[in-house]
Amino acid sequence: MTTESQRSAAVLDGELLGRLDRRRPGLLVGALASGALALVFFSCWGYQIANGIGVTGLNRPVFWGFYIINFVFWIGISHAGTLISAILRVTNAEWRRPVTRSAEAITLFALAIGGLFPLIHLGRVAIFYYMIPYPNSRMLWPNFRSPLVWDIAAITTYIIGSALYLFLPLIPDAAVMRDRAAAGLKKRFYALLALGWRGTAQQWHSLEWGIRILAVAIIPVAVSVHTIVSWDFAMTRTPGWKSTIFGPYFVVGAIFSGIAVLMIALALLRRGLGLGRFLTDRVFNNLGLLFVTMSLVWGYFTFAEHLTVWYSGDLSEKLVHHVLLHGDFAAPFWTMVVVNLVIPVAVLSFPRGRRPLPTALVGCGVLVGMWLERFLIVVPSLSTPRLAYSIGDYMPSWVELGIMIGAVGVFACLYFTFTRWLPIVSVWEMREGWRHGARGEGEATSGAAPTSATAAAPVPGGGAA
Amino acid sequence: MQLRRVMQPVRRRHDALGRKISATKPAKKTGWYNLGGEGMTRWGMAIDLDRCTGCEACVVACAAENNIQTVGEEQAREGRAMHWLRIERYYEGDFPNVRTRFMPVLCQQCGAAPCEPVCPVYATYHNPEGLNAMVYSRCIGTRFCANNCPYTVRVFNWFDAEFPAPLDSQLNPDVSVRPGGVMEKCTFCVQRIVAGKDEAAQEEREVADGEVKTACQQSCPTKAIAFGDLEDADSEVSRWAESPRAFSLLGDLDTRPGVVYLSGSEWRAPAE
Repeated sequence: MTTESQRSAAVLDGELLGRLDRRRPGLLVGALASGALALVFFSCWGYQIANGIGVTGLNRPVFWGFYIINFVFWIGISHAGTLISAILRVTNAEWRRPVTRSAEAITLFALAIGGLFPLIHLGRVAIFYYMIPYPNSRMLWPNFRSPLVWDIAAITTYIIGSALYLFLPLIPDAAVMRDRAAAGLKKRFYALLALGWRGTAQQWHSLEWGIRILAVAIIPVAVSVHTIVSWDFAMTRTPGWKSTIFGPYFVVGAIFSGIAVLMIALALLRRGLGLGRFLTDRVFNNLGLLFVTMSLVWGYFTFAEHLTVWYSGDLSEKLVHHVLLHGDFAAPFWTMVVVNLVIPVAVLSFPRGRRPLPTALVGCGVLVGMWLERFLIVVPSLSTPRLAYSIGDYMPSWVELGIMIGAVGVFACLYFTFTRWLPIVSVWEMREGWRHGARGEGEATSGAAPTSATAAAPVPGGGAA
Repeated sequence: MQLRRVMQPVRRRHDALGRKISATKPAKKTGWYNLGGEGMTRWGMAIDLDRCTGCEACVVACAAENNIQTVGEEQAREGRAMHWLRIERYYEGDFPNVRTRFMPVLCQQCGAAPCEPVCPVYATYHNPEGLNAMVYSRCIGTRFCANNCPYTVRVFNWFDAEFPAPLDSQLNPDVSVRPGGVMEKCTFCVQRIVAGKDEAAQEEREVADGEVKTACQQSCPTKAIAFGDLEDADSEVSRWAESPRAFSLLGDLDTRPGVVYLSGSEWRAPAE
């Protein structure tokens, strides 16, 4: 019996998967352009390895610079996906359905790039594995007291977790892709990803449990990752770094910048791929509300951090505080406050501001602001050491700039490639949402369901063999 | 900015919790830090600032002794000069009655060194004789240690060292030349300590006080530097450390420095 729901499934498949069959020149151009940028990234890194870390602008006392800033920045962005999508899944927010996949892909790619930066930063990258606890005949172990070793453990866990978290919900979609593809390399590729998915009740049961467990487990992992990143700073005795609120402050900042990237990506996907029927105004409205909330929380943390430092009057802390608020770093500091707090609150407080274009523009501002925040944590503290004799300055070299810009290219290239070959909106989850909507369970994915999807018959998912 | 704050009495008898502490006999373990065994040597240095003329002979001697690379003008301007020992200048009094004071600042060989726990690979660690030792071959160049040093005395090899002729002929064979990407700092001339101990062991005796001299100490024309065992109450360095003029640099951080400064006068930083 051909039910209406099966017909609606076909409509959905056609809309979301059909676009994967066509060549899309826009994506190709994007991938090539970002690929060229990615080349800049790798050649700059190669140049640095060949010539020594001295090709950067780092010096004494500013031993950490753009690489660490970008490390924190990209790890922050990685909180877009997994954390946001996991929270939305766990809280059963129906409007998450069109968002999760693109968010999880951001996580994985941003994390891969963020994880590279500490390696780029090393003086001797060839022996980076000394930081990994591997068995060796001389019984040499890393120093487990060092926050950097905690970092490695946390980021490795997170990268494995978020890769699984992206991959699991992808299996049914990959199975549909496999079934649609003509025999050949493409079919083999999708078959590999589908892991022999047949869409049996048993498989659906396992998958749903797997996703549920991962969604709950990934939240503390994500929180721990950025907390530990903050401890790279907060565990030291450097003025401006040793702060007890750095853990939650960094987590909030990470989610904040993560949503910013998500807003930009969704607006681009909606316009570029014509996904307006799935990425509805409601999605943008809800994410916009989350966005402005994080902006306010971030503002609160920033205020608390600086008020306590200023009030304490500790001399070396106050010196850092002074260069931040009134000295050499005042311009970036106040820019950060404007783009991270003033503008988001001014725009996103109003329903008209929570539409795709304004949210994406606010997102761009927040990205700049959050990058500046990391810059303002790393550089002023280091350039203002306790013994005034060593006060220093820092100017990044072209190598550092090349790697920073190139990293954006690597990210975009990965994202374009992903969008080209795999459905950026989770097809089976959309179907499931429509079914729920049709049954009146929870709230429907408003506006997205075609009128034909009224029947309540269960949809078998991919692998319609 | 008054620099009085960097001067802290060297011997506080009790810490905030009422536990007995001193610079020469630190607790065996505090928090992360292993402070070495009882009754062992604790190498230490005392610098009499009232004798220091700021001639920088120590800086030159240190560079020659320890194969420190000369980075050249351009790199030095970028803040990459590699001196393990630097002379900081401070001014006393108001213009025109100004007196310049000098303070040689080197690795303080802290008893509770902030640089040690943050290194992910144990490239910097605490040796049983109280030295913060560097294992160059283990260092991967995260530069975390340098960030966490309150004295900013660690220096980094931004490039591979170059010793163009004839500089290569004066390299000290007892000291390794460090590759690029590696952190380094004052070692209290550990090669001289080892040589002194070897010689004493050959003659089946203890190392005598004053037998091991660091390069900076040896070259100081005003004899402003004393070096020896802080555990030995009769050693010259211990006697200097007992002076009422003694202070530790940034002593309020409780890093338990192995370097003690002596100064009898008020200090001020350069006017800003």
